[in-house]
Amino acid sequence: MDYGTLRGLIALLILALFIIIVVWSYSKKRKESFDDIANSIFEEDKNAKVTKQSHLDKDSKQETNNNV
Amino acid sequence: MTQSNTSAVDYNFDVVRQFTVMTVIWGIVGTLVGVLIAAQLIWPALNFDTPWLTYSRLRPLHTNAVIFAFGTSALFATSYYVVQRTCQARLFGGKLAAFTFWGWQAVIVAAIISLPLGYTSSKEYAELEWPIDILITIVWVSYAIVFFGTLIKRKVSHIYVANWFFGGFIVTVAVLHLGNSMAIPVSGMKAYSIYPGAIDAMMQWWYGHNAVGFLLTAGFLGMMYYFVPKQAERPVYSYRLSIVHFWALVSLYIWAGPHHLHYTALPDWAQSVGMVMSIVLFLPSWGGMINGIMTLSGAWHKLRHDPILRFLIVSLSFYGMSTFEGPMMAIKSVNALSHYTDWTVGHVHSGALGWVAMVSIGAMYHLIPVLFNQGRMYSIRLINIHFWMHTAGIVLYIVAMWISGVMQGLMWRAVNSDGTLTYSFVESLTASYPFYFMRFLGGVLVVAGFILMAYNMFKTIGAKDNSLKPVEVA
Repeated sequence: MDYGTLRGLIALLILALFIIIVVWSYSKKRKESFDDIANSIFEEDKNAKVTKQSHLDKDSKQETNNNV
Repeated sequence: MTQSNTSAVDYNFDVVRQFTVMTVIWGIVGTLVGVLIAAQLIWPALNFDTPWLTYSRLRPLHTNAVIFAFGTSALFATSYYVVQRTCQARLFGGKLAAFTFWGWQAVIVAAIISLPLGYTSSKEYAELEWPIDILITIVWVSYAIVFFGTLIKRKVSHIYVANWFFGGFIVTVAVLHLGNSMAIPVSGMKAYSIYPGAIDAMMQWWYGHNAVGFLLTAGFLGMMYYFVPKQAERPVYSYRLSIVHFWALVSLYIWAGPHHLHYTALPDWAQSVGMVMSIVLFLPSWGGMINGIMTLSGAWHKLRHDPILRFLIVSLSFYGMSTFEGPMMAIKSVNALSHYTDWTVGHVHSGALGWVAMVSIGAMYHLIPVLFNQGRMYSIRLINIHFWMHTAGIVLYIVAMWISGVMQGLMWRAVNSDGTLTYSFVESLTASYPFYFMRFLGGVLVVAGFILMAYNMFKTIGAKDNSLKPVEVA
């Protein structure tokens, strides 16, 4: 295989990998666990003191936490 | 140890405190040297006819001080803080973390001494000579051990997205530094690059642009993904987008370097690849920017009361602006106008003062009270004043450089009907003087803002524990 073909194949491989990453991260199955991770940075504060729970507001326009 | 009261983990915040304080100090030093060399461009006598104070020696000192002293100290501080908090584990490596602090400060001191003395490899952003390069490598490997060691011993199953960006930054900067610094020493303070001619240039800008891409972008995006949600008290707009953002950004940035070498001895095909990849880079950059700014969606009112959040969000606006400007400037025909002019300088500073400095300042204002057992900074009003001084400074700076840069580009390319140049170089220089003064004023505002920040910081540190109560916003 000549060098040009090899480089073309690698480009296709990387494109395929990218599509897989997009499909993987946007699958409905993983939505909830990703939302939990996004909220995880507030966990320590929650235990420590009663903070405003605005980040758990389910009506927000955010992609995280809303029911897509 | 604030946090040890509130959680079971005994975090190592000593090293975070050290890096945080030094971030502010180096912020003052780095921008002050910048103001001095900006003043030298207007009043050349300011080098006092001493070789140590010439522009050519102080300019690399300025860039090294702001990137590696200020910016990288901020990255050390925030990455050590974020990795501990999000992994709920104490920093790995014990004394190794302290070594990274003292080792890194030693690198900076070595730079402050060797650059004015004239020791330089002449590679932009990699000027430090080989013995210092070796010290950088040792400190950086220690940094990687501490950071990834902490990730490995984490108490939670996931790795929060900020750590992905920090990790990507640490690994890539190691690879870049080793790749570009390959050199054969000929004496105690002189080495020659192993790469010949155009290959050396390509290696240099592969390094140079990815220092921008991974140190000044990926690292600070890690900062953004933790401190923006924290300060806004709501999670990042879309966690799924952040995953795509990470992989798209790290896989694309690495190819953009050749746009620094348009119309040079670099082969045309390589220049074109660099141009195309730079344009594609617009997409992940804006994806990340939107993800950060939209974190505030439905809570925009917070910006009214919170100058720290304002620093963070405006930094993202500047990030969006410069990542639009960058791809545009990478287009060969635009580059023909912009290259070697002040436009480039303006672009860099919209990224460096707008994005990098503002996100760091915001993160530091968030961090300082947490680290020093306070509910808030000593003075919120001073943070607000700092915000406006810094913003006004940047706007003065980049507007001056845009006008000056486009003017220079147009003057340099203007030809008479007989084919001779319309303007001599000196004519373009004279035309730039008013804008150099405007830039100088902008720089003064930025330095003054940093000095306010230092005052605010030391007042916060000096105050009695928990004497500064958080402000409750209705």
